[in-house]
Amino acid sequence: MKSGTLFDPIEQDLHTDEYKINMGPQHPATHGVLRLILTIDGEVIKHVEPDLGYIHRSIEKICERDNYRQIVHLTDRMDYLSSHINNEAVCLLIENALEIEVSDRVKVIRTIIAELTRISSHLLWWGVMGMDVGALTTFMYGFREREMINDIFENTCGARLTMNYNVPGGLMWDIYKDFVKDTKAFLRHFVTKLKEYNDLLTDNVIFRKRTEGVGILSKETAISYGVTGPTLRGSGVSCDIRKLFPYSAYDKVQFDEILMKGGDTFDRYLVRMKEMEQSVSIIEQLIDNIPEGSILEKTRAVIKLPPGEFYQRVETARGELGVYVISDGKKSPYRMKFRSPGFSNLSVINEIAVGHKIGDFVAIISTLDLVIPDIDR
Amino acid sequence: MLDNAAIKNIILNQFEGLTFQEEDSPFLNVWIPPVQLKEFGRFLRDNRELNFDFLFCVTGVDWPKEATLEVVYHLRSVQHGHQMVFRCKTGSRDHPELDSLSEVWPTAHLHEREIYDLFGIKFKGHSNLKRLFLDENWEGHPLLKDYEDKVNLIVK
Amino acid sequence: MHGTERFTATVHEWLLSIFTAGTTHFVEMVLIGLAYLGFFAIAGLALVYLERRIAAFFQVRLGPNRVGPQGMFQTLADALKLVAKEPIGTKKADSFLYSLAPYFLIISSLMAISVIPMGAGFSGFDIDVGVFFLIAVSSIGVLGILIAGWGSYNKYALIGALRSGAQMISYELSVGLSLLTMILLVGSLRFSDIVQSQSDYWLIFKGHIPALIAFIIFIISGTAESNRTPFDLVEAESELGAGFHSEYSGIQFAFFFLSEFINMFIISAVAATVFWGGWMPLHLGGFSGFNQTMDYIPGPIWFLGKTGVIIFLMMWFRWTFPRLRIDQLMKLEWKYLLPLNLINILIMAFVVWMGWHL
Repeated sequence: MKSGTLFDPIEQDLHTDEYKINMGPQHPATHGVLRLILTIDGEVIKHVEPDLGYIHRSIEKICERDNYRQIVHLTDRMDYLSSHINNEAVCLLIENALEIEVSDRVKVIRTIIAELTRISSHLLWWGVMGMDVGALTTFMYGFREREMINDIFENTCGARLTMNYNVPGGLMWDIYKDFVKDTKAFLRHFVTKLKEYNDLLTDNVIFRKRTEGVGILSKETAISYGVTGPTLRGSGVSCDIRKLFPYSAYDKVQFDEILMKGGDTFDRYLVRMKEMEQSVSIIEQLIDNIPEGSILEKTRAVIKLPPGEFYQRVETARGELGVYVISDGKKSPYRMKFRSPGFSNLSVINEIAVGHKIGDFVAIISTLDLVIPDIDR
Repeated sequence: MLDNAAIKNIILNQFEGLTFQEEDSPFLNVWIPPVQLKEFGRFLRDNRELNFDFLFCVTGVDWPKEATLEVVYHLRSVQHGHQMVFRCKTGSRDHPELDSLSEVWPTAHLHEREIYDLFGIKFKGHSNLKRLFLDENWEGHPLLKDYEDKVNLIVK
Repeated sequence: MHGTERFTATVHEWLLSIFTAGTTHFVEMVLIGLAYLGFFAIAGLALVYLERRIAAFFQVRLGPNRVGPQGMFQTLADALKLVAKEPIGTKKADSFLYSLAPYFLIISSLMAISVIPMGAGFSGFDIDVGVFFLIAVSSIGVLGILIAGWGSYNKYALIGALRSGAQMISYELSVGLSLLTMILLVGSLRFSDIVQSQSDYWLIFKGHIPALIAFIIFIISGTAESNRTPFDLVEAESELGAGFHSEYSGIQFAFFFLSEFINMFIISAVAATVFWGGWMPLHLGGFSGFNQTMDYIPGPIWFLGKTGVIIFLMMWFRWTFPRLRIDQLMKLEWKYLLPLNLINILIMAFVVWMGWHL
């Protein structure tokens, strides 16, 4: 204290500073090795900067070395929760490039498994979403039903997560004997459980208060940041690849594209919850009449794409996955680029998180539904 | 929704002497000289008829034979549904530089950081051009065709 | 005379027959201290075990079921592991404050538990300002959390600690006021008087609707006091890692962990004592036959049973509800619970003044 009255120095010294905290790479809310550098004023977020690359494997570089059959397996390791759909993207690209027409049976089975994958991915997201806002039980409930899907996958192709059921030209082998029965049993069980999920979390007052009006993503911002998938549909933009550019058996089935208006956390939540219902409806339309047909078209042992450029997109559980290949006619692509949904979805985080508190921030990154290997590749 | 010929016409009314290509690709391709890149991007986004507001993919490509690097921009219009691709080749391969499009489409911000990281293309006007995936002190740019890493990269 | 009173009297006389009055007093204090420490440890372990089993029940899984019958000794094994663990702390931590913090918490909860009667004449010390003492002592706990957050030199811990400071000081108001509402009915702050006054009806029946409101407010703010979901912002696993005890490990962590469960026990015990009659069996005025049947069940069992029901309720909250945000937490207290509580006190005072209570 220099001089003056007792209160002067205190008034001069009292000021607040912004500070930085590292959320991740090991943090319960980042679901993987994502590091977010938050600039915080008290509890209010001023700036978010993602720091990526903790699980970067340079899959695109490996693709330039490997042949096309091997590349299919690499895509499992990107968005591991929609591994089947990732495989499908590469297989569709190769089939289109070589002008192979797969049988209807393959198309229908691919679609059924893809929708099961979507349900399974959304279930995991739902469990984790509940956990992020503090309701720990949802995690276990989500995994309980997910286990049934994993069992079906295991019986189908032997793997539970990184499936590799798709191969260029069709499927690795046919579905097992009880596939239809098991899938139907799962659907019957799952429809009752969806109601339970809504009772437990969706209709909870605290959950509503935590999510409604939080992290509003406007239409324009979302589009300019290249956001896709349920995150964009929460803002009311029609972007479902299954509707816009149908592939496999999606042109044969009726389903609604779920669109919300508000673009807040709760809307993004609802989109995914309702998408699970739509997936159930898609599977129900297909499961009873899987057409007969060959399971695998003949392809050469070493696949060579004709010179030129190819682009194939699919709708994964997270959004639009694009596979872009520049081929020079050799057995490996000249350049292969994966346009991963999580990468663009992450880039919008600074726009929607600023001004919210840490608790909201956790809910917001949860509804972006990030899978880190998908971002890092 | 406009077809490729209509898009071509609208662009040619504004910019002259551009090369278009539709073969060997699912999209309409157009090559832009680096000086026009930013202007061209703004035009595509702001033109009422084109309205390419959705930049969904930005890809870097290395062409060592032509001694150049290329950036490929995939565009879609959410409102109209038409799509196109425009490409820009850098003048030199050793010191590649291009204008940043992150002001036109904010999504380019992160994509350009990725391309800077993996190809070494410097984007002028980018607000935070740092390496994205690799360490700041990493040497070389892995997706270049002549990149060598004896420790981490297994070459068959 | 109740069984528990007879037991304490017998022990007292037996000690008097061996020692002088002064020494007896001293020996009794030591014995009670040891008994509380033992109870503290056993209750802590039992509650952790219960929490894990109940959580497992809610989450359709099994929970610990391998060590001992039904996995009873699992928490004991975990406690041994924690004790044997090397304490790992940060270099930059303020080591004095860092090691001091756990003791604040554990001592405050140990002191708070001592005034609650677990049977007739079964309480550590029965002072005439019992309720006041309990509220005063339990507020010391927040100091421990603040010191832990500050001393750990960790931003997450500091955020957690500051949240806790705001939260616990706010919710103490509601805890105090809702207890005050009930004290209007009794007219005494002494816990034994409060229990005695419920020998015809429990206070929650006596006070009609105001008592019910006070009970609900007490359960809500009590859950907040003990930092449990939906008010676990202090720890907030998905937001702050482990909050104020991020940097603690081994036995120091065990202290924090244990004190959380003991705090839950205290809140439940107070709720059971003030609203549900404590060790007093379920008595209905005028039904002497029914009352005598109820008296066959000993007081401590009534007490533990009622406490257990409320503990189960709090565990049920924890495994069902999402967590509130910090501003919603403050809003709930200052905009809803506190005004409601103040009005409720007025109504209760009016009810007592008019003699409308049972």
